[in-house]
Amino acid sequence: MAQQHGMVEKRGLGIWMTHAFMILGVLVIFFPIWLAFVASTVTQPEIVKPPMPLWPGDQFWENYSRALFSGVNVPVATMLFNSLVMAIGIAVGKIIISLLSAFAIVYFRFPGRQTFFWMIFITLMLPVEVRIVPTFEVVAGFGMLNSYYGLIFPLIASATATFLFRQFFLTIPDELAEAARVDGARPMRFFWDIVVPMSRTNIAALFVILFIYGWNQYLWPLLITTDPEMNTIVMGIKQMFPSGDDVAEWPVIMATSILAMIPPVIVVVSMQKLFVRGLVDSEK
Amino acid sequence: MEKRVTFRGWLLPILLIAPQVIISAVFFFYPAGQAIWQSLFIPDPFGLSSQFVGFGNFEFLLSDKFYRKSFLTTAIFSILVTLCSMIPALFLAVIADRLIKGSGVYRTMLIWPYAVAPAVAGVLWLFMFNTRVGVVSWYLGQLGYDWNHVLNGGEAMGLVVVASAWGRISYNFLFFFAALQSVPRSVIEAAAIDGAHFWRRFFGIVLPLITPTAFFLLVVNVVYAFFETFGVIHTITAGGPQQSTTILVYKVFSDGFVGQDLGSSSAQSVILLVVVGLLTVIQFKYVEKRVHY
Repeated sequence: MAQQHGMVEKRGLGIWMTHAFMILGVLVIFFPIWLAFVASTVTQPEIVKPPMPLWPGDQFWENYSRALFSGVNVPVATMLFNSLVMAIGIAVGKIIISLLSAFAIVYFRFPGRQTFFWMIFITLMLPVEVRIVPTFEVVAGFGMLNSYYGLIFPLIASATATFLFRQFFLTIPDELAEAARVDGARPMRFFWDIVVPMSRTNIAALFVILFIYGWNQYLWPLLITTDPEMNTIVMGIKQMFPSGDDVAEWPVIMATSILAMIPPVIVVVSMQKLFVRGLVDSEK
Repeated sequence: MEKRVTFRGWLLPILLIAPQVIISAVFFFYPAGQAIWQSLFIPDPFGLSSQFVGFGNFEFLLSDKFYRKSFLTTAIFSILVTLCSMIPALFLAVIADRLIKGSGVYRTMLIWPYAVAPAVAGVLWLFMFNTRVGVVSWYLGQLGYDWNHVLNGGEAMGLVVVASAWGRISYNFLFFFAALQSVPRSVIEAAAIDGAHFWRRFFGIVLPLITPTAFFLLVVNVVYAFFETFGVIHTITAGGPQQSTTILVYKVFSDGFVGQDLGSSSAQSVILLVVVGLLTVIQFKYVEKRVHY
């Protein structure tokens, strides 16, 4: 790489300038997160008398344990658990139903195949935001308000994942299916022994993207979880602000904000390669 | 493209595709159909019966000055969010692309905000600009600028735009960075030998080569601004002051759930359906053959 860059790569002052710009950029982008972290480690009086400090205080355990175990309406630990169930439910559910339907579309010829394919395609055009009221009524009709089913099912059908798997299955050599057929293997055996293992990387990359998608949902949990016990953390933060003139409990709210971003950040940063791949794949 | 080798049978594939089709039908098609159906009626105030009004709800909406204003608000909001997220991202990507060492570290730092939910981003920015305790608003006050997004519509718009664009910078950065990395070094070197300086090379060679990526990001960011920024607006301004940050999606929610005006909310949903449809078509028609990673 170094030789290739050689000619156009700046040296000396230039390279330091470049690093300086980059660091400045990172600092600006990072500032909101830093400030939230600082606020989660100081006392309420330190915040309500501006300007608040810009360096962490000593109330870390105090604020985080208060948030986790008592919270404002409901312990944040409960909301974290709900978010985890929802995010994993959506990610795993989407992957399973998409794997199955993509397998059916690619490896079989059956009546209505085209119709079903288009039907799945069109769901791309129906984000939850444009069908909120009727979808809410459907979920209420099933008695799924304030339940994990209600949080997960309406968001679980994904055209994107189905297309991604379809695309990938089409690249699996025909010889493999041929061999399986000659050996008299049943389709589902071929699916489990060949197709799923070969899709491992795609599944993992998609899991990262879908986990974050599920975790970061806001509007849908806001509509269907009226019981604070079922709130997810991302929608629950807003519920912690008092209505009227009371002063918000900023240290607890900011500790909750930090807790809300930790799981997706860990997933993104620790699986960075898969994440970037999933991002690029799922937008294709 | 189709497989040559397929398995026989029709019952198994139907069973395999059934979960997705059933869920799509129950939670996507039926509600969308309901939205279209309800948009043709006006329910009475008690919700006991409703009266067929044809396109009445649409006619009313299109002549409603608040709805028209919401369209304009959405347009301004989307353009600003797209610009504020793409320009800094491109700038950072260009800088990162010049580095041989260390770009990995910066990349790791820069993707953080992507993982932060829009609603949480809203809370973070609200905290910084809070009129009572916000650090930034306090320092602005020291400089003699009286920040108040609760009363000032322009400031409210600025705040929701920045909070919405913030997380997208990460996303755009990743795509721009990948595109820049794939520009052949030999082309750039050749231009450098010919004496083209950095900006000349950037505008003459690099920018045209990454245009497909930029166009793709443009569409994706507009879709994001339209549909995924609800959390930001709900946490920061709740559409106010005086509806100055009420984008279309927020209005569907506030008219449907808060205002209980089902007919109008459904008609708005239908209009949004058309908008998503158009955006999806654009995305597929023009963006298909865009990048060569």
